[in-house]
Amino acid sequence: MKEYIIRLVYVEMLGHDASFGYIHAVKMIHDDSLLVKRTGYLAVTLFLNEDHDLIILIVNTIQKDLKSDNYLVVCAALNAVCKLINEETIPAVLPQIVELLAHPKEAVRKKAIMALHRFYQKSPSSVSHLVSNFRKRLCDNDPGVMGATLCPLFDLITNDVNSYKDLVISFVSILKQVAERRLPKAYDYHQMPAPFIQIKLLKILALLGSSDKQASENMYTVVGDIFRKCDSSSNIGNAVLYECICCVSSIYPNPKLLESAADAISRFLKSDSHNLKYMGIDALGRLIKISPEIAEQHQLAVIDCLEDPDDTLKRKTFELLYKMTKSTNVEVIVDRMIDYMNSINDNHYKTEIASRCVELAEQFAPSNQWFIQTMNKVFEHAGDLVNIKVAHNLMRLIAEGFGEDDDTADSQLRSSAVESYLHILGEPKLPSVFLQVICWVLGEYGTADGKYSASYITGKLCDVAEAYSNDETVKAYAVTALMKIYAFEIAAGRKVDMLPECHSLMEEFLASHSTDLQQRAYELQAVIGLDAHAVESILPSDASCEDIEVDKALSFLNDYIQEAIEKGAQPYIPESERTGMLNISNFRNQDHHEASSHGLRFEAYELPKQTVQARIPPASLASTELVPVPEPMYPRESYQTTTVPSVSSDAASTELKLRLDGVQKRWGRQTHFPSTSTSNSTSLKTVNGITQVDGSNTANSRTRETYDSRKQVEISPEKQKLAASLFGGPSKTEKKSATGHKSSKPSSHMVKSHAPKSSMEVASEKTSVQQPPDLLDFGEPTVKSTAPSLDPFKDLEGLLEPTTQVSSAVNHSSTAAVTKSPDIMGLYTETTAGAHHKDSDILSGLSNPPMTNMVGGTTTMQVAQSSKGPNLKDSLEKDALVRQMGVTPSSQNPNLFKDILG
Amino acid sequence: MMIHFVLLISRQGKVRLTKWYSTYSKKERSKVLRELSGVILTRGPRLCNFVEWRGLKVVYKRYASLYFCMCIDPDGNELEILEIIHHYVEVLDRYFGSVCELDLIYNFHKAYYILDEILISGELQESSKRTVVRSVAAQDSLVEAAKEETGSTISNIIAHAAK
Repeated sequence: MKEYIIRLVYVEMLGHDASFGYIHAVKMIHDDSLLVKRTGYLAVTLFLNEDHDLIILIVNTIQKDLKSDNYLVVCAALNAVCKLINEETIPAVLPQIVELLAHPKEAVRKKAIMALHRFYQKSPSSVSHLVSNFRKRLCDNDPGVMGATLCPLFDLITNDVNSYKDLVISFVSILKQVAERRLPKAYDYHQMPAPFIQIKLLKILALLGSSDKQASENMYTVVGDIFRKCDSSSNIGNAVLYECICCVSSIYPNPKLLESAADAISRFLKSDSHNLKYMGIDALGRLIKISPEIAEQHQLAVIDCLEDPDDTLKRKTFELLYKMTKSTNVEVIVDRMIDYMNSINDNHYKTEIASRCVELAEQFAPSNQWFIQTMNKVFEHAGDLVNIKVAHNLMRLIAEGFGEDDDTADSQLRSSAVESYLHILGEPKLPSVFLQVICWVLGEYGTADGKYSASYITGKLCDVAEAYSNDETVKAYAVTALMKIYAFEIAAGRKVDMLPECHSLMEEFLASHSTDLQQRAYELQAVIGLDAHAVESILPSDASCEDIEVDKALSFLNDYIQEAIEKGAQPYIPESERTGMLNISNFRNQDHHEASSHGLRFEAYELPKQTVQARIPPASLASTELVPVPEPMYPRESYQTTTVPSVSSDAASTELKLRLDGVQKRWGRQTHFPSTSTSNSTSLKTVNGITQVDGSNTANSRTRETYDSRKQVEISPEKQKLAASLFGGPSKTEKKSATGHKSSKPSSHMVKSHAPKSSMEVASEKTSVQQPPDLLDFGEPTVKSTAPSLDPFKDLEGLLEPTTQVSSAVNHSSTAAVTKSPDIMGLYTETTAGAHHKDSDILSGLSNPPMTNMVGGTTTMQVAQSSKGPNLKDSLEKDALVRQMGVTPSSQNPNLFKDILG
Repeated sequence: MMIHFVLLISRQGKVRLTKWYSTYSKKERSKVLRELSGVILTRGPRLCNFVEWRGLKVVYKRYASLYFCMCIDPDGNELEILEIIHHYVEVLDRYFGSVCELDLIYNFHKAYYILDEILISGELQESSKRTVVRSVAAQDSLVEAAKEETGSTISNIIAHAAK
């Protein structure tokens, strides 16, 4: 049997399915004979992973074996514990493992420690009360056990540095003893005293000493000693040296140690071994943060590495360059990166390097022209791999201009962009994201400078829509662009002749399966039929940066609702209360809940919720609370309406939450009904809020620095010059990067409070649902780090007050179809209260999941308007304005919604 | 988690040993094997022993016809991993007495036992060669004893072990 199982392991290892034999392996561990048992344990650890169903059959045996008198049995069981015990079964074995920490055999103690470490990784709370045991084991007589204890301590310290500051002294003294060869000879490795333990200790010290001067001072001597003692001819010696450099670069800087670190790095870089060069480059990247000047002496070595045939080394060098990019060398570096990007096929790395290019370009771009060209290159070569946000950023940049006050520069830039895009359109195959940008720019600015006729541009756009006929997003962009161009023409008083291909395209779209395309086509038709004045106000030229005020509370519906209720309609009851279910929000949330509800439940079931009554407001209530609304269950017969909560003046945060819940759930539910999702949403466009079109204000607020023209660095084939361009003039660059333009250091934080730069009217619709990293903002990068508040509700509260002051109900509108295709208009929120709540643009976007408005049946615009809009023209105007701003697809961020809506 | 998985691949691309410390499904495992053997076996001789792969790093070293690979986090110390590989090889060498690929093919389960003494859940648990060899030998002697005294009870075995 044993032989068979071993063969089975072999079979499994070769990649075949051996699951039929798993149960036999499980049986073997029940065997009395150690020989068989050991094989059984080996087999199960190799066959099963921690989620496997058979684990439950093993736990009992493990429990028994952990109590065995034979330490080898215990060891075998502990090996299995480390691999197989999952979060749910930890409590079953935990007490026994803790007992084993005092086992006379050091092998058992060691494995018990490692098992606890494993538990900590799986579920930190399960062993949180055992931390003192780790500390105790640090003083174990056996160096092996002590060494093993460093692993869990390292993890613990990574998570919480401050509770372990007291251990600095002990770690330092242990390290000292190790370095002085106080450990048994058996731990020597290639004449180095216990190097693995040294490395682990250095890692821990690096954590403890990071930005802690006092703790760091304790370490200086011992780290210096190790630097001196390390034998740099052996591999392991270099490993320790490297770890020392990491430690030095992490702890509070000490000039002497930095010097030895720099020496070690230069030895690495000068070495012939690629491994050492690689480590040298890596170490340089670490040290450069502390002392940027050391890069200069190694410039030639770095250039060598950049041109090395070894791909790994090359990538590492690019990483280093990325770290040392400044505004003086950005052009060289990004060009290099793009060249390299073009030469590789590995999508994973391509994505990474593309996003780095974008980041650097955004951060340090010397000129806008250059920025656009660079982005074009990136899009062309890696368009499908870059984040959609990048495209939105680019569009915004073109739309807003670049902060200079003179408009001519902006328009020059736009026409050059148009020109380059028209040129690029000739290429046979372009990535979808890039096409979206192109369509948008052409629609917005194609005819702006009068160089190209409308029919030429529209012809091009039709070509795009035809050539990429299976990409609906691109088609949608193209149609909207067409609409804009025609609108501009009409507004300018010219007669519009639709090209024949455009006509046929429209006909096709009018019958399209995609509701979005259909709607856009109908809108185009409607717009063309209007007179110049109406069109002018629907689609004003060059207004994409203006803000739109959206009545997200839908307060304009109040009258309607009131009327309906008086006629005896049922007030609206939120979905959740009707069904008694709490968690049917959108699909993503659902997934999330399902995921989290898997597994055994130990705790008791919750009590039923009592809140139902409290949440149904009396029917007579005015608009301040949840406004009752007809029961939205009959889409074919009566109009469904949304909850109409408006921001009441004394709204408390709880109320706000409540409101959000309702909204979100409605939204989620609707996605379940295919019939309602076809209803088109034009109806909702009757936005009561006043649209603020205030161009001059936008321009003025953007009084950013114009950046000086800087020295043009030439790329020369010679290394020397390249080196000069990469490394040259660091002092000058310091200044420049400090004034930082367009420094948008991407960070994963959602919300940034960002002091007096009110340039944040950065058309809020763009940021609406995206994350802010692509917010172009113009402050110094350091400002960004100011405590990003992670609690969305806090921010909401903060947001609420200014909003009420300004008494502009934040309006809100969106389309029904938003759910699926991201490019259909999302929600566009805007807050009129300019400077004092910068967060709002993000927040209001987030906090208002799009509400749909369902109108019965297949709604054409006419039906929709007659039902909802007080006036066809008005509603169309608003809609179109929203549409125009709304290039930004609302790619929803599931995490955010989860955060906000639980 | 320091080490995500350990692979031993022969120069012909045959898998000799795999140990997964992070969870990978069967499909992922074979994909990893395919991708990595493609990358590693084709690398030239004088290049560095590290490969960046899907945001992780793979450290490999060739001994005769066998490639030993370990996959680590991007911020790990590659040279240290290289030495852990070497440490493992030295222990194997000491255990088998000038180890060769055939030893590992026919006694791959022993290679697993040894690996289990050196690494546990992806961390280095024992850096002393002597201790590792001793504890593997202790297990083996017990197994030998069990073979000799076939039919003996478990208590006999334990008595033997206690000697």
